[in-house]
Amino acid sequence: MNDVLTESRPIRLKGRSFLALALTPELPLEDWLTRLDHLASRSAGFFLRRPVVLDVDGLDIDRSQLRELVDQLGKRNVRIMGIEGARQSLLGADLPPAMTDGRPAADYEAKMAEQAEKTEAPEAEAAAETVITAEPLATKATPSIVVTQPVRSGQSLFFPEGDVTIIGSVASGAEVVAGGSIHIYGALRGRAMAGTTGNASARIFCRKLEAELIAIDGFYKTADDMEQNLRGKAVQIWLDGEELKAGTLG
Amino acid sequence: MGKVVVVTSGKGGVGKTTSSAALGAALAQNGEKVVVVDFDVGLRNLDLVMGAERRVVYDLVNVIQGEAKLSQALIRDKRLETLYLLPASQTRDKDNLTPEGVEKVIAALQSAFDWVICDSPAGIERGATLAMRHADIAIVVTNPEVSSVRDSDRIIGLLDSKTLKAENGERMEKHLLLTRYDPVRAERGDMLKVDDVLEILSIPLMGIIPESADVLRASNVGSPVTLADNRCAPALAYFDAARRLKGEALPITIPGEKRSFLGKIFGRKAA
Repeated sequence: MNDVLTESRPIRLKGRSFLALALTPELPLEDWLTRLDHLASRSAGFFLRRPVVLDVDGLDIDRSQLRELVDQLGKRNVRIMGIEGARQSLLGADLPPAMTDGRPAADYEAKMAEQAEKTEAPEAEAAAETVITAEPLATKATPSIVVTQPVRSGQSLFFPEGDVTIIGSVASGAEVVAGGSIHIYGALRGRAMAGTTGNASARIFCRKLEAELIAIDGFYKTADDMEQNLRGKAVQIWLDGEELKAGTLG
Repeated sequence: MGKVVVVTSGKGGVGKTTSSAALGAALAQNGEKVVVVDFDVGLRNLDLVMGAERRVVYDLVNVIQGEAKLSQALIRDKRLETLYLLPASQTRDKDNLTPEGVEKVIAALQSAFDWVICDSPAGIERGATLAMRHADIAIVVTNPEVSSVRDSDRIIGLLDSKTLKAENGERMEKHLLLTRYDPVRAERGDMLKVDDVLEILSIPLMGIIPESADVLRASNVGSPVTLADNRCAPALAYFDAARRLKGEALPITIPGEKRSFLGKIFGRKAA
């Protein structure tokens, strides 16, 4: 008998979280698929090798329609790893498993991905540099990072986990993307995007506002839209409903 | 072991080659043994500025590809015994530079010279990244205008991430060389002021080279400006910059502010 469990070491099961792309289909499905094809034609390979979750919450379809949708997506090389928000009766062994407790993350911009792919191609060496990898702090609560050098033009600082504090300036052509607030003890000349994981209470603080673009929770303003009397001043920016507000500090 | 210096900027036409030749000559004029290496494969210019264009036989690419020995490719300056040039190839392109080949050449030069000055091509591609790869010190050449400053900022970011020093967790020594500075235009506000550039780039200043017809004249006769006329204003500025590169702490004078300096003295007397 081979399957007698004499092994004293148990199989290790671990929880792990991954970032997946969530697709939210809309009715009628034919139209939605056409729009998806249009997106895919603009940025070839956008869904290739990316884990995709289908969010069918509130979508009025039956089992055979869902089956058909997953097949249609499969034909387009979009492989569905799980289905979110589906009633138990919709799912079965022939469909991807149900997924729950998804937390929102930053919106994927198809356009940005397209650009990234373009620049990656010939000069992969040059394009793949200088993303400052932010090590999240080991302690729980609200993670944050402190950067003690200026963020230079062409550099991207990503920290979806929480707040970013920069002691130094953010140069023109540099960008800082944070899940929480962004604090800049220096001039902000590049882009600052706070609350990108859906945090509307995030704020941006800087000693000198000369930004090219600011955004909180997806609502953004470019340099031209900003109040000119705030330029060069110490400023904080917050979100009031769907409007970005700014005021001087101190 | 000699020091490896990269002269870089991101943007083209700001004065990398002129500065490489002038600083190399200035160091050699003080008795240091110097080699200036042209990394601008395909668009070489350093040989012209140093007046050696008719003596180029072998070049950097020949050495890297094993077609010539390093000693065959090095050209000694006719005026200065301790100044050498390693020219770039004009007929090949930058793909002929390999990381291993560059590493070997730099190591060999480092053991024979006090200073290895690498004149980087413009841009942020292969030639530029290989020129900065093995540097101990970087000289960032910038003009007082916004696009040059932003490109320099980008290059500083690369110096802090793509060089061997950065990858080993060490800090690259960086100096700002502000070139083509025109005091009259800066006064009028047509150019960025020195303080503005320093505030944006936040690296130490090693010199301000005034905009001058002497620089163009020297280039056209194939002579580093420090050799062509060692009393002219840009030459004096390069001599001071070379001393700062060697570690001397000299006060920096901003061109055109002599009058205001005198004004200060008189102002004080009157008070």
